Amino acid sequence: MEYLNLFIKSIFIDNMIFALFLGMCSYLAVSKTVSTSVGLGFAVTFVLLITLPINYLLDKYVLQPDALIEGVDLSYLSFIIFIANIAAIVQIVEMVVEKFFPALYGSLGIFLPLIAVNCAILGGSLFMQQKEFENVGYAIVYALGDGIGWLFAIACLAAIREKLSYSNIPAPLKGLGITFIVTGLMAIAFMSFSGIQLG
Amino acid sequence: MANEKKPGVFTGPLWTNNPVVVQVLGICSALAVTTQMKPALVMGISLTCVLAFANVIISLLRNTIPNRIRIIVQLVVVAALVIIVNQILKAYVYDVSKALSVYVGLIITNCILMGRLEAFALGNKPFPALLDGLGNGIGYALILLITATLRELFGSGTLFGYDVLARFVNESGYDGYQNCGFFVMPAAALIIIGCIIWYQRAKNPDLQDK
Repeated sequence: MEYLNLFIKSIFIDNMIFALFLGMCSYLAVSKTVSTSVGLGFAVTFVLLITLPINYLLDKYVLQPDALIEGVDLSYLSFIIFIANIAAIVQIVEMVVEKFFPALYGSLGIFLPLIAVNCAILGGSLFMQQKEFENVGYAIVYALGDGIGWLFAIACLAAIREKLSYSNIPAPLKGLGITFIVTGLMAIAFMSFSGIQLG
Repeated sequence: MANEKKPGVFTGPLWTNNPVVVQVLGICSALAVTTQMKPALVMGISLTCVLAFANVIISLLRNTIPNRIRIIVQLVVVAALVIIVNQILKAYVYDVSKALSVYVGLIITNCILMGRLEAFALGNKPFPALLDGLGNGIGYALILLITATLRELFGSGTLFGYDVLARFVNESGYDGYQNCGFFVMPAAALIIIGCIIWYQRAKNPDLQDK
């Protein structure tokens, strides 16, 4: 039940785009068509699912006070360990996908190098560190929820932008300006989910 | 065309080539830390320092970095600088660092840094890189401060923690200033920045989407 609670919470209530503002740059740049947005969303979910649990294990068994060696607190190294881990894993994943799953590489391959520096990935790991989960199962559920929430948000925005291109928007607002305002309105809509709790 | 004034390396990013509203970089933290002015100011200063130092270091190293690992080298340099900045913030302004929480760490993946390192520092000498870093950092801080001013003033009636609106409204005989809760919500930041973009593009038609 706790897992389901965490899952729903990370998709709707602590949504990565609307509540935490992670991954906005690529969100704004790529959301012009639904197909590319969904591709990017899947790539983000995929990378999150792989990197976040590994970062959790690194955090729990290496970085926390007294984890590796008695009396040594390595948590100040979190940033560099997490980002090095993310960069390395994304590089490996890209090579594996290119070699063994060429069809998959065709659809999400171009986004993978972009995702290593996406703040959503590092942000997910850093928020996970703050939440202090009990075991790696929670970390996996959290990663899945985060990724799906992001995918949901970017797919919705792309759908709206595709329709907006037929509207008469004043020239200064076209493109970026109206995107921000639409995202703001969507954020207000998502606030209706706060307070939901299961079990 | 020959007489067109090109914006300087330092002055360009302050408004006409602003990293947040024109280049669309660094949006995440611009939205998240602007509920109050003090964290916004500290964030702006931190990013400017990290960006300036990183630009100079990468510019000095630019001829020795092999092409295949340049992203990793950039990430390592920036991560090291951010760790230092984070420790300094935790030591000297602990309450602000708690408010900023994760977003100081996210300076590492802040698109402004990656964007400027790739676009400028790798191809230019150290001194122009320093100017570019400072310019972009200050441009970013400017947008942060504008957004934070509006959000804190209307959302909590204070500025930098000092009661402004509440006192003003009370003394003129009203019941009391009721905080406009909407401005504290994340959605407000998105709409305020949308309006800043609207204003800038209305004044400067070159920036409009064709």
